[in-house]
Amino acid sequence: MFGLENKDIRMLLVVAVLTLCAPFILNPFPTDSALAQFNAGYPDLMQRFVIFGIFAVGFNILFGLTGYLSFGHAAFLGVGSYSAVWMFKLLSMNVVPAIVLSVVISGLFALLIGFVSLRRSGIYFSILTLAFAQMSFNLAYSVLTPITNGETGLQLTLDDPRILGVSATADGSIPVTNLFGIEMRSTYEMVVGPWAFQFNAGYYLCALVLLAAFYLSIRIFRSPFGMMLRAVKSNQQRMNYTGLNTKPYTLAAFVISGMYAGLAGGLMASMDPLAGAERMQWTASGEVVLMTILGGAGTLIGPVLGAGFIKYFENIFSKINDQVLHSWFAFMPDGLEDFVVFVVHPFIGKGWHLTLGILFMLVVVFLPGGLVEGGQRIAKWVKTRKGNDDETPGKTTPAE
Amino acid sequence: MGILEVKNVGKRFGGLQALGDVNLSVKENTVHAIIGPNGAGKSTLLNCLVGKLIPDTGSVMFDGQSVLGRKPFEINQMGISRVFQTPEIFGDLTVLENMLIPCFAKRDGAFSLNAISAVSGQKDMLETAEKMLVEMNMADKRHMHSASLSRGDKRRLEIGMCLSQEPRLLLLDEPTAGMARADTNNTIDLLKEIKEQRDITIAIIEHDMHVVFSLADRITVLAQGTPLVEDDPQNIRGNPKVREAYLGESA
Repeated sequence: MFGLENKDIRMLLVVAVLTLCAPFILNPFPTDSALAQFNAGYPDLMQRFVIFGIFAVGFNILFGLTGYLSFGHAAFLGVGSYSAVWMFKLLSMNVVPAIVLSVVISGLFALLIGFVSLRRSGIYFSILTLAFAQMSFNLAYSVLTPITNGETGLQLTLDDPRILGVSATADGSIPVTNLFGIEMRSTYEMVVGPWAFQFNAGYYLCALVLLAAFYLSIRIFRSPFGMMLRAVKSNQQRMNYTGLNTKPYTLAAFVISGMYAGLAGGLMASMDPLAGAERMQWTASGEVVLMTILGGAGTLIGPVLGAGFIKYFENIFSKINDQVLHSWFAFMPDGLEDFVVFVVHPFIGKGWHLTLGILFMLVVVFLPGGLVEGGQRIAKWVKTRKGNDDETPGKTTPAE
Repeated sequence: MGILEVKNVGKRFGGLQALGDVNLSVKENTVHAIIGPNGAGKSTLLNCLVGKLIPDTGSVMFDGQSVLGRKPFEINQMGISRVFQTPEIFGDLTVLENMLIPCFAKRDGAFSLNAISAVSGQKDMLETAEKMLVEMNMADKRHMHSASLSRGDKRRLEIGMCLSQEPRLLLLDEPTAGMARADTNNTIDLLKEIKEQRDITIAIIEHDMHVVFSLADRITVLAQGTPLVEDDPQNIRGNPKVREAYLGESA
């Protein structure tokens, strides 16, 4: 089915179920319960999960397959966002042309940056991409103000031309982004007992795009092209002496992953039509590196997991404050309660970066293959616990 | 006129004249060995043939075309494959994938954006690679990570990868260096088989005289960057100049 093998179809189905049922899965706690703050099933956050999932899946095509670590991928995300907002300003509020343009422009931009950066490898390549991204950020922030609107960020206004749409709606407000009439912000709320599940049109668009992007990444991983990219990571010397030119391979991977980043940027702008320079800053580039490594670089599903994991932490952990902690530990005697809150305090709220940093460190040291390796180890452990001894010793398993 | 013609090749590294004035002609479908003591310039010469180094003077012609100024992958596409002193294989990939890559390189050229079709659907490529694995006696190891192979198996795999490109000239850089006697003998047998069964020219750089005399049709002795003699194996064995180059004046 779809030209995939069973193993990959299973993985695609898992991702499909996870994304399409996300409004349920991420909202396990009743709205009024004390645990409701761990719910992540609101449209804004769910959109961010899948958009960063797309970003990380694309990044993994470059980093996971070829081993070239780019520290400037946020530049393509930013370029995608700006392109999309310009499309909303000039053409129409339909998201399709905006997303198409953001993919094309970021692809061209990646071609340019990749062509220069890929003249070097290893740390020099990383530094070159970082330099380009910071250059883009600073240009967007200052010199290119006519295009990017500087530090305010690019926004829609009432006197934008929008030649295929309207400059302003009948009631005098800025029109909203839509997909052939379906408004991205429209949300249907399903109330089941104490639970409230939200189904947002924009989220489902992002989810379907993620599925398509994930499917394409599986095809690339399993193709001769993907095999060549893994060969680049493994031994460039042998590639050269096997009649293969490594340069176009790495450049193609760079451009493809840049286009994925542009797609994510375009979607981001489609959900909320504004674009700021901070989207291109090096911290944003670093974040996608963390996502990919945390989830498992070079694995298919890892980046999606890593993106979800980090975005969940960023949005949920950062919202826990001392008050919340006090209410959790209220059952303790006063002195002890204060002490526990004092100890936990640095790890929550604004300190969530500390928690993330510790987790990242633990994963890199103990699970170099990321969350995916963690999952595999658990599966293996369960298997041996079951006393599964039908495996013949010395049997070779496919090394994938 | 040989398939490989090296004329007046010289290469200098700073104050060191690594190659003086090398002339060499390798006849088609023969095994030509290049021997010499350490520092004689054997590896420098080989690197000049495959595009890793560009000689300062002279010319290198392969099948009537100059290889100078071409990149290693272009020279490979002309029909020259190289086996390294320490086996260079794709350690992160499986044995089968290692064998598939040269097959794809032969069919699709230096670059192909074949990003949608699955490798597992390319029956003809898989068949070619499997056939070569059987020939190399490695079919049972096809799903192993190639990094976990033994030294001898890595060498077989590398030779197999080169052969699956059907090169016209196979260059071997000390193919038995660091090998146990049994592995060395296996490699000699393998190379003999290749020589008998294929239309292929082999140029081999080797230290081990046992290997050289079991394989070579023609031998060039290199010393201090210049060819000392070029002759048939039986004549080389007794040549006093060769003994002197190898063992020093007193011998």
